[in-house]
Amino acid sequence: MTKVVIAGIGQTPVNEQWEVSLRELGLQAMEAAMQDAGGLRPTALYVGNMLAGTLSRQAHLGALLADFAGLTGIEAATIEAAGASAAMALRVGTLAVASGMVDAAMVLGVEKLSDQVPAQVESALAMGSDTDYEAEQGLTLTAQAAMLAQRYMHEYKIPEHGLGGFPLTAHANGVHNPNAMFRKAVKPETYAKAGMVSAPLNMFDVAPNADGAAALLLTREDLLPSGFPHPLVEIAGSSAVTDTLALHDRPDPLTFNAARLSVERACAQAGILPKDVDLFELFDAFSIYSVLSMEAAGFSLKGEGWKLAQNGAISLTGEMPIATLGGLKARGFPGGATGAYQAVEAVLQLRGQAGGAQVKDAKIALVQSLGGPASTAVTHVLRVA
Amino acid sequence: MTENDHDHEHARVLKTEHPVGIVGYGAYVPRYRLPAREVARIWTDGTGGLPIEEKSVPGLDEDVATMSIEAARNALARAQINPRELRAVWVGSESHPYAVKPTSTIVAEAIGAVPSTQAADWEFACKAGTEAMVAAMGFVGSQMARYALAIGMDTAQGRPGDALEYTAGAGGAAFIIGPGEESLAEIESSYSFVTDTPDFWRRQYAKYPEHGQRFTGEPAYFKHITSAGEAMFEATNTKPEDYAYAVFHQPNTKFPQRAGQMLGFKPEQIETGLLVPRIGNTYSGAAIIGLTAILDIAEPGERIMMVSFGSGAGSDAMVLRVTDKIVGKPQLATTTEEYIARRTEIDYAEYVRMRGKLTMK
Repeated sequence: MTKVVIAGIGQTPVNEQWEVSLRELGLQAMEAAMQDAGGLRPTALYVGNMLAGTLSRQAHLGALLADFAGLTGIEAATIEAAGASAAMALRVGTLAVASGMVDAAMVLGVEKLSDQVPAQVESALAMGSDTDYEAEQGLTLTAQAAMLAQRYMHEYKIPEHGLGGFPLTAHANGVHNPNAMFRKAVKPETYAKAGMVSAPLNMFDVAPNADGAAALLLTREDLLPSGFPHPLVEIAGSSAVTDTLALHDRPDPLTFNAARLSVERACAQAGILPKDVDLFELFDAFSIYSVLSMEAAGFSLKGEGWKLAQNGAISLTGEMPIATLGGLKARGFPGGATGAYQAVEAVLQLRGQAGGAQVKDAKIALVQSLGGPASTAVTHVLRVA
Repeated sequence: MTENDHDHEHARVLKTEHPVGIVGYGAYVPRYRLPAREVARIWTDGTGGLPIEEKSVPGLDEDVATMSIEAARNALARAQINPRELRAVWVGSESHPYAVKPTSTIVAEAIGAVPSTQAADWEFACKAGTEAMVAAMGFVGSQMARYALAIGMDTAQGRPGDALEYTAGAGGAAFIIGPGEESLAEIESSYSFVTDTPDFWRRQYAKYPEHGQRFTGEPAYFKHITSAGEAMFEATNTKPEDYAYAVFHQPNTKFPQRAGQMLGFKPEQIETGLLVPRIGNTYSGAAIIGLTAILDIAEPGERIMMVSFGSGAGSDAMVLRVTDKIVGKPQLATTTEEYIARRTEIDYAEYVRMRGKLTMK
């Protein structure tokens, strides 16, 4: 594959940005990415977004955001894959630049969830599941994740609060991220007392919905501006895999098969094994997703992923740091924009710009976004070029 | 905000040509109380946090008209003036009994203020009462009128099961605004901060209001209260420690506590006026009934800051200074704490009957 490099990154804070519109959020992230790239201008824009049509009554984000960013005339379109929308946009941007048909691709994840009340947002997010057989029956993604957690804890005899290490790790890391929604470490006793959202998932097991936009500007190495100021990061592997949309159509709901396959394929493309990576930005929309993603990536045996959070293995200094800048849990969950944040954060780690959350000598990062319970899994391997 | 904008806002503080103040005040709270745990018992199986302890509920024969009359009579008892000298009777509420037909004429007739008077109803969500007070300041401060009566009173609506059902209470207060030299508390100035912010509304023919949930917090309540309060500090060149008391609109217990903290007030400055834990959110009556509880115990010379908030949205901030004439006034009518202590607990079923909530869909 032609080497695709990340020339620029940008992000807005993740929180309830009542006074900032969808287009302004997108603009801020794109401008930051262009500036970070030394003024490189994109020739294509791929927008990762899930819910603008439903929550903001705005489709056609490609033309809207290209024009609003002063890029009128370039190729632009939206890529949608539920929670993996921006990760899929990153893959599309990678394909476009690698093919030689696009010289510089802006990948923008943007989501504005605070325009509607929470019940409507939850209902809209449920559109990422099988509407006829799941959402229409009253099943939200949160309720479904709770059932998965219940099954997991029953099947493998997990003690109460056994999943808590994942959100506690995310919160401890989020302290160092100026763009994170929550910058406060959480004590185990606070976790144990937290209000239940959908048993057994409590408030800390569910990532908070938020607004945000993050952008990555991709190009080929020979097209970088002269005097490019950052350590160079390349996209060494990229894979997108689907599974059944409805969870009940799977032989084993506790196996995130698409997540497993996409890790294998992305790593194979990069010529590495999963254990070679220095950090794993996984999709911790719910604590149970973290556990199942760790198992799918092969970092533990089935039924033992929860133990990784018990012995420090996933902390910043552990064998496999996760959610290094807070993850979805502490940085916040800006819907379909999430994958762009994960990739931007991995780039910060690989450039050595992650501040207090810096993983020492990080050279390779694994980044994975999920649509629903890994009905889509998009995985990238980012590497210091 | 630029420096010029600041000067501009500074000039927007309202000061009357002639000194004005509160000549008489009166509160009213219905006797029935619905504990928040009763609402939780019915709707959440008793789980979840409770925003207050209990709320006041109007009896079967009570509405904003009857409750306003009670408060107005208490205000007259303290003002000791002839009701015919009132040149305005203004009632602010979001639960006027009629969509068309004034509450204020019923009140004016009942207290003997008719016929040579202005009478009208005000509506600005929870700040209709303070808006009527500001208008009364203008009326008296221009010397068009010697006295004007401003009331904020509500029997607030909360959709069964909604977060608002825990807090939507009933009650309010009446103020007779008159010349500064007759006042038990002078109103030194007022400032209003208003934007178009749709955080809470009730449309025509709708029984219950709707709200933007978390949007009602930062961009609505906190932004308007703190903006109005800070502008007032600046305009009057005062600091939180210059005030003996502060009272804010109080939709639940936490919001006014946090707003007070954001403005730099200490808990002991706001606790006297913080009535919401025990009577609920009385909407148009909320900030001003807190003010009556403060006036019931205030000493001459003490300063009070009041900041109301009405959804939609806006805040009226007022700075008051208690005078020597306060002495002996609180005892001339039922005090606010006496009303709060007059308490009959009801359960959810009695509440449903009293509020007429039992309807087939």
